[in-house]
Amino acid sequence: MADMTERWSAGVLHYAEMGYWQPDYVPKASDVLAAFRVTPQNGVPPEEAGAAVAGESSTATWTVVWTDRLTAYDHYQGKCYSVDPVPGHEDQYIARIAYDLDLFEEGSIANLSSSIIGNVFGFKALKALRLEDMRIPPHYAKTFQGPAHGIVMEREYLNKFGRPLLGATVKPKLGLSARNYGRVVYEALRGGLDFTKDDENINSQPFMRWRDRFLHCMEAVSKAQAETGEIKGHYMNVTAATMEDMYERADFARELGSVIVMVDLTAGYTAIQSMAKWARRNGVLLHLHRAGHSTYTRQKAHGVSFRVIAKWMRLAGVDHVHAGTVVGKLEGDPNSVAGFYDTLRCDRAEPEPVRGLYFEQDWASMPGVMPVASGGIHAGQMHQLLHHLGEDVILQFGGGTIGHPLGIAAGATANRVALEAMIKARNEGRDLMTEGPGVLRQAARRSRELDMALSTWGDVTFNFESTDTPDQVVTPVPTGA
Amino acid sequence: MTRQGFALPRQGQDQDPAAPQPLADDETVDLTAERSGAGVDEILDSLESDLVGLAPVKTRVREIAALLLVDRVRGRFGLSAGPPSLHMCFTGNPGTGKTTVALRMAELLHRLGYLRRGHVVSVTRDDLVGQYVGHTAPKTRDAVNRAMGGVLFIDEAYYLYRAENERDYGQESIEILLQYMENHRADLVVIMAGYADRMETFFASNPGMSSRIAHHLEFPDYSLDELAAIGELMLRAQRYRLSAEAQATFRDYLARRMTQPRFANARSVRNALERARLRHANRLAAATAPCGKDDLMRLEPADFLASRVFGG
Amino acid sequence: MRITQGAFSYLPELTDEEITSQLDYALGHGWAVSVEFTDDPHPRNNYWDMWGLPMFDLLDAAGVLHEINACRQAYPDRYIRVCAYDSRHPRQTVALSFLVNRPAQEPGFRLDRQEAAGRHLRYTIHSYALDRPAGTRYSPP
Repeated sequence: MADMTERWSAGVLHYAEMGYWQPDYVPKASDVLAAFRVTPQNGVPPEEAGAAVAGESSTATWTVVWTDRLTAYDHYQGKCYSVDPVPGHEDQYIARIAYDLDLFEEGSIANLSSSIIGNVFGFKALKALRLEDMRIPPHYAKTFQGPAHGIVMEREYLNKFGRPLLGATVKPKLGLSARNYGRVVYEALRGGLDFTKDDENINSQPFMRWRDRFLHCMEAVSKAQAETGEIKGHYMNVTAATMEDMYERADFARELGSVIVMVDLTAGYTAIQSMAKWARRNGVLLHLHRAGHSTYTRQKAHGVSFRVIAKWMRLAGVDHVHAGTVVGKLEGDPNSVAGFYDTLRCDRAEPEPVRGLYFEQDWASMPGVMPVASGGIHAGQMHQLLHHLGEDVILQFGGGTIGHPLGIAAGATANRVALEAMIKARNEGRDLMTEGPGVLRQAARRSRELDMALSTWGDVTFNFESTDTPDQVVTPVPTGA
Repeated sequence: MTRQGFALPRQGQDQDPAAPQPLADDETVDLTAERSGAGVDEILDSLESDLVGLAPVKTRVREIAALLLVDRVRGRFGLSAGPPSLHMCFTGNPGTGKTTVALRMAELLHRLGYLRRGHVVSVTRDDLVGQYVGHTAPKTRDAVNRAMGGVLFIDEAYYLYRAENERDYGQESIEILLQYMENHRADLVVIMAGYADRMETFFASNPGMSSRIAHHLEFPDYSLDELAAIGELMLRAQRYRLSAEAQATFRDYLARRMTQPRFANARSVRNALERARLRHANRLAAATAPCGKDDLMRLEPADFLASRVFGG
Repeated sequence: MRITQGAFSYLPELTDEEITSQLDYALGHGWAVSVEFTDDPHPRNNYWDMWGLPMFDLLDAAGVLHEINACRQAYPDRYIRVCAYDSRHPRQTVALSFLVNRPAQEPGFRLDRQEAAGRHLRYTIHSYALDRPAGTRYSPP
């Protein structure tokens, strides 16, 4: 650390000398912590890179300024307290940075994200930068509303316990008119699904305006409810150009009696928080589609990891968020996805490098968010889905319902039969990964719908290399001899 | 185009692997191997080593074990008809080992496959009978449900029946127990325990109950030698020992105590040893000389002579 | 029609053995089990009649099965369900729930529509069974 006169003379100093690199600093329980994957430019030492990130995401600028001395600057500085090389990647480091609680406005995701990622990612001294994980202390978590309902309240609301919930996105993604759209919803719900869903790009287009869609979907939902005796729902997408429009659409959905509405991530953090407040106030579930996230979450070296987005969305207060399927058509390494699910569901998560969890996270009884698995999954994978994803999840089979040869209701029934049979088998103690296919075939003997679904899609898999994998992997070690 | 069916190899068994395999008429079975395979010998041996005396009880337990073992094998040949009645009655004075043997019996029945869990739920009249109308049935059912898969041990069961009060709620509990004892023989074993004479009166007034008890075990009082041996076992387990003189004093103590009222066999021995330890500790604390490891372990006559039993 | 509430209503009716397996799973987790019955299966009816109190601390399913069969004997023409309750933090809610009995004839529900302004419809589900007084709802007329 430069001495006093040098520290405050006008000119440029290394960030590491301005107090942003403090290897002896012990994070306080109330500090917000962040882990960044840093790829410095050639010639930039890793500690300097870590300090630069700490500085530029808190108080610093590129040159010494005397006005710093009007503040208790060492209180407000971000402190990079460790820099660890990433094994196998000689140009990457994990820098851990602690931020004092005072840097943030209470209960604001917009402020949190502006603070941590608003400034630093274009920094020239870094070739690449990725926000891997954050630790949100209970002091800070308690200033957020958190999920409007959460997993427990959702189940009690719907009266559905002991199994995953089932959904389907209406297909084709675009083009159906409201009346025909409602037909898809009706058939899927009466066949056995719990939910159907607007796709992320269905808002209010010339071929179908939102009000007509909502009216027709409520008719479909109500009919299906009467025919099954179960509570059903359709995620009404209320995403719009302005907040005023969103409130108008959401209020209408509530008036019609919908149990659930939906927003897209592209609406922005502030809109999402507003909707979460609305959802709790009005007793309506809030589903979030993570539209657009892959632009910045998928590449390992640069961007923001989805586990951070998941944390922010839990704080913001959504009830559902898409979090990966592992075996479907979209990116999802099993260990990374397990990490996302833990982040959304657990009350406490411990650091777990194999799952990509860098910090412990104590949510202090904030309810969990129901993760949603959607994208290229079908009934033939039910055992894998249950094995990887557990019981508190929503499994959405869009194509896997609507593309069934016997029709949409049959597709829904096939999925429901497969799911119930698999849960029953798991409770009986059978091993899902080895006996799963046998369980499905046995259930298919009593269900024509499932039999046809397995025949149609049984061999479909999506096996590509994952791009977003954790750094650590469990390697089997030979035991002696 | 028709796609091929979902053709992955089928795994998983059809039968529960723990269920005994049926036998063909011409097969033979080695009963010794069966018994040790079921782990029965372990329990019988631990009964031998852990409990002093009780020769008739140990014999009966061995006999019952053999009966059940043979019954199990007979079942595999298709010879037996339904689960046997296993309800039992243990009679004897307090402190004669009834509860301990009940615990071992439960474990034995579990290892022979007659009880799914092998735990023991111990109750008295107060756990089964309520104080007002409608209170008894849920209490009794609750106790029975907790004991399912194991043993319901009813201590001083005769208190359920109050002959002088025909509206006493204990009768309701007896009715409910009878039904469970009859209909859930595969799920539950009831063991009743208490004084022999009162049990006899109880059974005389409740023939339904009496007829459902398959095995009666009498627990005789311990002899002086046996009580002394029990005392030695207890002390050894707690890492104490008697000096040579203290051994004689202790025997003398027991001989006198046995004749006094409310003598509870092994329990009284335990109480006496507790008091001796107390006096031992006080004796050491008051002494001025430093004490070594053996001093801390060794009980002396003074630790017993202070007792009222010696007229002190 | 066939009401599809509970975790296994799309599978063939569970045998007593299959029910025992599910109960063993619940008891293995330390969940309390309770038996409930009703003649009003409206999806928003959360509070069915309780058959005795929830059973805590059980190790074996035989006792629960006994209660289920006793309930079936007492109310053969009602919906009966088993609920397993997880009291641990942070869940503290029902962990598993499934039907173990249904009336022989299930008349189901009627969807009533009430027209309001702007093409709104107010929907309500009307249970046919509730046309008859409590106690006689599912018995033959």
